[in-house]
Amino acid sequence: MGDVPDPPHALLEAVKLTKRFGSLVANDHVSLAIRAGETHALLGENGAGKSTLVKMMCGLLQADSGELLYDGAPIVFPDPASSRAKGVGVVFQHFALFDALSVVENVALGLPGHQKLAVLAARIDDCVRRYGLSVEPYRRVGELSVGERQRVEIVRCLLGDPRVLILDEPTSVLTPDESENLFRTVDLLTDEGRAVLFISHKLDEVRRLCHRATVLRGGKFIAEVDPKQESSASLARLMVGADVPRTPRVAAHALGEPRLLVRQLSVAGDGSRGSALHDINIEVRAGEIVGIAGVAGNGQTTLFNVLSGETRVADHESIVIDKVAAGGLGPTERRALRAGFVPEERLGHAAAPDMRLSDNVLLTTHGDGEIVRRGVIHRSVLFARFQKIVKGFDVRFGGKDPKARRLSGGNLQKFVIGREVLRDPVLIVVDQPTWGVDASAAAFIRTTLRERAAQGCAVLVVSQDLDELLEFADRVGVMCEGRLTAPVPVAETSREAIGLAMGGSHGAHAAGGEGEHAA
Amino acid sequence: MLDAAIIGAVLASVVAAATTLLLASLGELVAERAGTLNLGVEGMMIVGAAVGYVTAYGSGSLLLGTLAAVLAGMALSLVFAVLAIWLATNQVASGLATTILGLGLAGLIGASFVGTQLAGAPQLHIAGLTELPILGKALFGQDAFVYVSFLLLAAVTYTLARTRIGLVLRAVGENHAAAHALGHPVRGIRTLAVMFGGACAGLAGAHLSLAYTPFWAADMTAGRGWIALALVVFSAWRPLWLLGGAYLFGAVSILQLHVQGFGLGIPSQFLSALPYLATIIALVVISALKHGRGAPASLGVPFVPDR
Repeated sequence: MGDVPDPPHALLEAVKLTKRFGSLVANDHVSLAIRAGETHALLGENGAGKSTLVKMMCGLLQADSGELLYDGAPIVFPDPASSRAKGVGVVFQHFALFDALSVVENVALGLPGHQKLAVLAARIDDCVRRYGLSVEPYRRVGELSVGERQRVEIVRCLLGDPRVLILDEPTSVLTPDESENLFRTVDLLTDEGRAVLFISHKLDEVRRLCHRATVLRGGKFIAEVDPKQESSASLARLMVGADVPRTPRVAAHALGEPRLLVRQLSVAGDGSRGSALHDINIEVRAGEIVGIAGVAGNGQTTLFNVLSGETRVADHESIVIDKVAAGGLGPTERRALRAGFVPEERLGHAAAPDMRLSDNVLLTTHGDGEIVRRGVIHRSVLFARFQKIVKGFDVRFGGKDPKARRLSGGNLQKFVIGREVLRDPVLIVVDQPTWGVDASAAAFIRTTLRERAAQGCAVLVVSQDLDELLEFADRVGVMCEGRLTAPVPVAETSREAIGLAMGGSHGAHAAGGEGEHAA
Repeated sequence: MLDAAIIGAVLASVVAAATTLLLASLGELVAERAGTLNLGVEGMMIVGAAVGYVTAYGSGSLLLGTLAAVLAGMALSLVFAVLAIWLATNQVASGLATTILGLGLAGLIGASFVGTQLAGAPQLHIAGLTELPILGKALFGQDAFVYVSFLLLAAVTYTLARTRIGLVLRAVGENHAAAHALGHPVRGIRTLAVMFGGACAGLAGAHLSLAYTPFWAADMTAGRGWIALALVVFSAWRPLWLLGGAYLFGAVSILQLHVQGFGLGIPSQFLSALPYLATIIALVVISALKHGRGAPASLGVPFVPDR
């Protein structure tokens, strides 16, 4: 701890902050100093108390005890406006954006005083060019993908000229290239004497980028370390308190029948960027995991909706699930073909936030004929299934049966995946399986999907986390601007090749098998 | 059969009928864009009408009466604001309570003035324009309330679309948690928006009892507050569409009176229902066209900040 001889001046410091929610101690005497010119990592599993700490440091929550120091002097932030006035900017993990408003309006709301929107749009363009963030000022935020939204948040923060910038899981939706860009931005900011608090689960990034790291576990301060002196494994051990398992590679096994066939699928889209699909072809066979990589907003959302049946397609034959043409079928009919779907948004799409967890089980199981029979819900069967999901998938929460919104991201994701897996599907389509999920939960989810595949299920995974796909998918294709490269076996491709395809260079890699080799 | 003078007079009464609705619904629109659904419009309007009438009758000043009506509407809206915004009660229930309270209060205030009459607000003539055929009297021979309603419409449209306070107000109605996280005083802004709604409802009440029908009767708002609420939905929360809605409703309700006067063989009950039918049809057509972006996302949801 603190082995640097002359630590730079701390801009914002938390001293022994404690915060209780009922009987839960979310933060227990946690201390943290963010120093000028440094990037400080905050590490911890979901539920470790990172968000609570961040909220107290920016005035969204008030500590029960302990104090904040700003420039070495005690300070109280009664509300977020007061912290912002002192130059503390936060990019939240759950974005603080307004869907009905345009990007430039969203940015204006984060800045003090009246802003001429045209002037502001020009400033956004400047910021975008300088940091390579790619944001269109006049798009409506509701039309943007998760990745694009995050860029809006970052731009909004940067325009506020913060002294302290807090980034909550900033790279989880960026391509390797975009992450590199962000790191350059962060380096620029710290060179200017600003302080950055960087919250991430990606330990490699933390080791590369950050000067110090504070590790929390179970609401308690565990250690402050120099991440450059640590290995990813040793950091993970500090976070989890035990070794993190890697997804076991399953020895090659025979593949079965194709469970999902997508042939020449095109969708016109609604005119917004990344909503159209052009000539998509996918085959997923029983026993394999096919990954789809790509930057958010390149058609993945449309692809998921079309596969799940939320958007139906005119060409009935273009989607075949388990030998049945399904293009014109709705979600329930497709589930009846024993397909399972896990969308990207956990709250609001995969789960109804204000419904109890047990009732959320019904959302995808009502048509299976077990829990609902002749229109009547069998509570005992429902509750048994609920218990099975909770136990089998290690879903942790307070109380007996809380509302879905009370769960942490990782636990809700485990629940949502468990709900589908226990329906015993022959095909699972998952969009961003581990976004914003902590390391051990992510490992658990990947292992679960791997096991399902080994038992003969076909799995299609859409993910922006390239490392994840390389770790556990069998074949990977890349989506860019509504087109999908033919999925190639992971062993026959590389990070670089996929990274290039994500940026739109089709020629360099593209299809592995279909005679489209450039070299 | 119909000469220009009659058409002019009919148009003038359409404008007068629409003005009450336009004033009240403009205020409610602002409150709803900030995320609060105040069903107390009818109550605030009738309290405005009663207080305005009593004050004008006692003082002999229409201006004083109007001012008192505006303040009365605001005062009642504050009751709603304290309940629904600061105590986070259910907005529908609180709004209904506000209306019931308002109706009762107004009856009490106006009890000894039943049967009296006022001179009514003077028509303001604009030299040269009032004499224009047909539209002259309808547009340029009206009382001050009509002009105020147009000014207010312009001000609300501009403020919502172009100013920072308008942007913050829309943001608060759209996603109050995010607005709070960015440091905007969610409950303060909502309170101001609701008070503006109360002031507008009070003004609409003053228009009723001081200009449109310058006498006092206990039930003189006759559901206009509810129509104003419906118009806000009908306009898809856009002020310019409100103008269309208010004038459509005003026009149909006046025209059906004249049609009844001609003695056509249509049952009067059907004609009386026409304005409501027209509004419903317009609502259905508009939602079918999906032009509107729909309600502000946080509409009707109480905001309680974490502590």
